[in-house]
Amino acid sequence: MSLHVRNLGVARGGRPVLEGVSFDCAPGEALILRGPNGVGKTTLLRTLAGLQPPMSGEISLPEDSGAYASHADGIKAQLSVSENLAFWAEVHGGALDEGVLTDFDLLDLRDRLAGTLSAGQKRRLGLARLGVIGRSVLFLDEPTVSLDGFSVRMFADWLRQRHLGQGGIAVIATHIDLGLDAPTLELSPYVAAPDAGGGSDEAFL
Amino acid sequence: MIALLRRDLALAVRAGGGFGLGLAFFLIVIVLVPFGVGPQSDLLSRIAPGILWVAALLAALLSLDRIFALDFEDGSLPLLATSPLPLEAVALVKGLAHWLTTGLPLTLAAPALGFLLHLQPGAYAFLLVSLAVGTPALSMIGTFGAALTVGLRRGGLLLSLLVLPLYIPTLIFGAEAVRRGADGFSATTALVLLGGITLGTFALLPFATAAALRVNLR
Repeated sequence: MSLHVRNLGVARGGRPVLEGVSFDCAPGEALILRGPNGVGKTTLLRTLAGLQPPMSGEISLPEDSGAYASHADGIKAQLSVSENLAFWAEVHGGALDEGVLTDFDLLDLRDRLAGTLSAGQKRRLGLARLGVIGRSVLFLDEPTVSLDGFSVRMFADWLRQRHLGQGGIAVIATHIDLGLDAPTLELSPYVAAPDAGGGSDEAFL
Repeated sequence: MIALLRRDLALAVRAGGGFGLGLAFFLIVIVLVPFGVGPQSDLLSRIAPGILWVAALLAALLSLDRIFALDFEDGSLPLLATSPLPLEAVALVKGLAHWLTTGLPLTLAAPALGFLLHLQPGAYAFLLVSLAVGTPALSMIGTFGAALTVGLRRGGLLLSLLVLPLYIPTLIFGAEAVRRGADGFSATTALVLLGGITLGTFALLPFATAAALRVNLR
């Protein structure tokens, strides 16, 4: 159960963004992605999560083990906090584990409609989803946006104890220090040459 | 799959879900027709099958753009795509949820509205059966159109243009079944063909819908 990436090239809208990215993550390891805005962090994470095909190279991770979390949390405003979490748990074939509500400090909010939550509370709910779906490889895109300092530490604690501590893997694109003991991958050296895709017509597909 | 269906039905009936919108539209169109055509009961009863079917079709069209657009906006769609649920199953459930919230209420309300158009007494059973058999195809074709236009700004208009021509076979055989019933002929052929179209959409379109979603999610 580990993640291997070899010579990965990714494209956005048919334009090559990154090429030659290689790294490995063993169980319990995290990797922090860094780079200036627009370097391709989101595109890389989407490709790793299987939302778009790689331009070149290989990704090897066990079938159905990856989960993606982006800027958008996938929260339905008309459903309550616990209904939102129960839905994602059921889609992933499990039941809602009440402990997650405690881990993300959502216990007092469980019956509130998600539409009435503040931006930071919504973000906590979006991150709590990761705790109910039982996936072992997390691809996190800016997970701490709109979280206060306390919530960031709470999320980092959850990641360290409940996820990495249980043999999970996390690849995180973030600009702030989560306080994790994890290697950092600077993406700037991997920016692709404009013709790296070999003139592919993928933009038209 | 059950969880997704339950969530979509719950969202449809809660505030802002749009449940009943198509039904109200259907009602208003049918009420307006006699005002436009005039109080000639023989003319009304002759055009009733066609009017009822066209109005049902337009009412079904009304809520199509919500099928995937809302999930796309709040980010649920990429999360569903990376879940264990195959996108083909997502497409099937979305079509089914659309039918349960639109096609089924339309079917049940149609006989009452047929009365407003002086529909022939013999045609009510055929109206109910033809709508019950035909409207699932409208939902499945519409789901495919919604997947093609997901993520486009103001895709709803394009969606109508894409989907309406595909509704033609369903409309022809659906209205024909009611017309034949009204005239006292056998409507078996039209109903069988209508059923064939519906089964065909259920067999093929979930795959096409899933393929369209995959391209649009890149």
